[in-house]
Amino acid sequence: MNETQPKLLMLMYGIIAFFAVVGILLLVVDRAPKRGREKVQLVAFLAPALLLLAVGLLIPAIRTVILSFKGPFSDTWVGLDNYAWMFTNGDSRRILLNTAAWVVLVPTLATTVGLLYAIVIDKARGEAFAKALVFMPMAISLVGASIIWKFVYTVRPADDNQIGLANQLLVLVGLEPYRFLQDPPWNTLFLIVILIWIQAGFAMVILSAAIKAVSADVIEAARLDGVNAWQMFRNVTLPSIRPAVVVVMVTITITTLKAFDIVRTTTGGQFETGVVATALYDQAFVFGEVGKGSALAVLLFVLVLPIVVYQVGVLRSQREIR
Amino acid sequence: MTARPLNRRRRAAAGIVGLALAATACGTGGSTASEGEADADASLPAGCEDYADYAGSSGTEVSMYTSIRDIEADRYVQSFEEFEKCTGITINYEGSGEFEAQLNVKVQGGNAPDIAFIPQPGLLQRFVQAGKVMEVPEGTAENVEEFWSEAWKEYGSVDGKLYAAPMGANVKSYVWYSPSQFEEAGYEVPTTLDELMALSDEIAGSGKKPWCAGIESGDATGWPATDWVEDMMLRTAGAETYDQWVNHEIPFNDDAVVEAVDAVGAILKNEKYVNAGFGDVRSIATTSFQDAGTPILEGECFLHRQASFYANQWPEGTTVAEDGDVFAFYLPSESEDSKPVLGGGEFVAAFADRPEVQKVQTYLSSDEYANTKAEIGDWISANTGLDVANVKNPIDQLSVETLQDESAEFRFDGSDLMPAAVGAGSFWNGMTEWINGAETKQVLDGIEESWPSS
Repeated sequence: MNETQPKLLMLMYGIIAFFAVVGILLLVVDRAPKRGREKVQLVAFLAPALLLLAVGLLIPAIRTVILSFKGPFSDTWVGLDNYAWMFTNGDSRRILLNTAAWVVLVPTLATTVGLLYAIVIDKARGEAFAKALVFMPMAISLVGASIIWKFVYTVRPADDNQIGLANQLLVLVGLEPYRFLQDPPWNTLFLIVILIWIQAGFAMVILSAAIKAVSADVIEAARLDGVNAWQMFRNVTLPSIRPAVVVVMVTITITTLKAFDIVRTTTGGQFETGVVATALYDQAFVFGEVGKGSALAVLLFVLVLPIVVYQVGVLRSQREIR
Repeated sequence: MTARPLNRRRRAAAGIVGLALAATACGTGGSTASEGEADADASLPAGCEDYADYAGSSGTEVSMYTSIRDIEADRYVQSFEEFEKCTGITINYEGSGEFEAQLNVKVQGGNAPDIAFIPQPGLLQRFVQAGKVMEVPEGTAENVEEFWSEAWKEYGSVDGKLYAAPMGANVKSYVWYSPSQFEEAGYEVPTTLDELMALSDEIAGSGKKPWCAGIESGDATGWPATDWVEDMMLRTAGAETYDQWVNHEIPFNDDAVVEAVDAVGAILKNEKYVNAGFGDVRSIATTSFQDAGTPILEGECFLHRQASFYANQWPEGTTVAEDGDVFAFYLPSESEDSKPVLGGGEFVAAFADRPEVQKVQTYLSSDEYANTKAEIGDWISANTGLDVANVKNPIDQLSVETLQDESAEFRFDGSDLMPAAVGAGSFWNGMTEWINGAETKQVLDGIEESWPSS
């Protein structure tokens, strides 16, 4: 029935319904008795958001947890089997190790690179241009970036012309071409480089703004005390921008845990480069192992959770300082 | 074909049964079925006499979901045109590149298509076990009984019940070569495996690499290598052991499998044999299967094992014929007496049992449809009612002859029969690692470990 109606008409109905609901809601809130009006307002304005959160986030999350204790067809209970599989199977152990490598390396290296770059170019000539240069990769989608890097890493036989930038450089300095994407465990490292390339720009922009916000009085006072560049960085700049560093690290860590596009585009999880997110997709949607896929999803959630809690804590303590 | 008029009468009877079912479903009572048939027949447009069996569902729609896109999808849509015009049933065709994953999502979300073309019996089995797929209607069952071999019927069945009729087919046991190049060098098409190896040595002796291969295929990387192993299993271990291996009655790391994989290794991991036009052994892992055979055209490669559908991968202007630029020969077995054939195909599964859905199902399983579709081009079926004269290009003709050959022993692509975690997962990945340098035994142990326990 619905299919036969023109889509525009459906869209219009949707918009009208939306305004009707919001209108009635406002009307009801407005007409509420004086006593307890605040409570009514609270409920009325929070309810839609809570309802959507429940439908779109909470219920699926609970369902995923339940499914993770069930078999491939979600009809039998298997207890902790799926979790046991996750930590005992050779392939999935490799996946956990890879994920650990991603989570450790990407946030630290991306933040370090971003921070150093921000300090070096701070107040330098052509700062805006230098910033744009590093920030540019942020504008490229992860899949696009992965395809670019796949070309960079392309390998041809030693006696042929190299078409990949990385191998051309190797050949120029007289080395053998190297299979960047094919040799575990180092290939995971070369994939990590892609995400660092993208995220360093993000780190640089945020940290650069934070550096500029460091109060001029403090810097001048330090100068008068005769600090050298390292002391200035270690004892003045870094403590001042610590909250920004934490936010950058946390954000990048969460992005990294969800890393999926890069692995799937470049190697498809082959050559032992799989991570939790790609394994989750394969298990749940390709292999039909809904239980195992859900278990991996729960693991991902559990890994992200402490980071989010930490971030909320940081935000709260910042508010207290203010 | 001489048997055709008889077939048609039998199917008409089946059609009446189908209509009776339809009528009952509508609540009008079964006794009026034959009258309904007459009425419906009269209402068919002129020139539609062949479609009498499928009449009576005018104005209905059937949704169809497949993995086939682009030009091949257009050919499907074209093949339904007459059926749609005559019966008034509209077929809504949708092809998707993410078919396997999306079908899962659609079915689980209660949004299943009426009909899906499933290329993996293993996937079909999963949906049947989940209770989602309808058993085939009687008319379809009769068609399958009449037109398909026992092996094909078996692949569409679960626990002895037929759930999906076979449709398109392809033959994988082919080696592509250049007839003119062979003639120039004085090479003969080999008829046994030993002759094939001798030929490879001869070419290697002349200073050129004989074989080219490539297994890169996006997130399906590795599948051409699994086809190699399956083909060799059929040759070194035999069809019976092959079945046991596919059904996991023998472990995946059984000695028979090790032997077959090593037989593949004698070619694919032999630095003297591969990888013509691309580099060393490990370049196979990063060469896309689409590109893998092209060095044959440049005279750099002599042999390339790939399925019949590789005919579509040659650049435009390439003549695919026995006297053309490229053609294929049957990958020989150990002796000339045995002729195992590895192949693949699609199965038509229905997720609804409305009468119009059943009519489409039955039509797709008929010999008329097989001939109609084959005439449009680049498509064949293992339907024995398919007349070779209706098949246009030489490679498809060769494939139909191979499929209909009484002495040939057909086996379905094993990785499509295994649980997806193996057949679309660890087997692909394992073979990619194997090409990348891993040892046979170690790879097979890993795949055995990944076989789902339930």
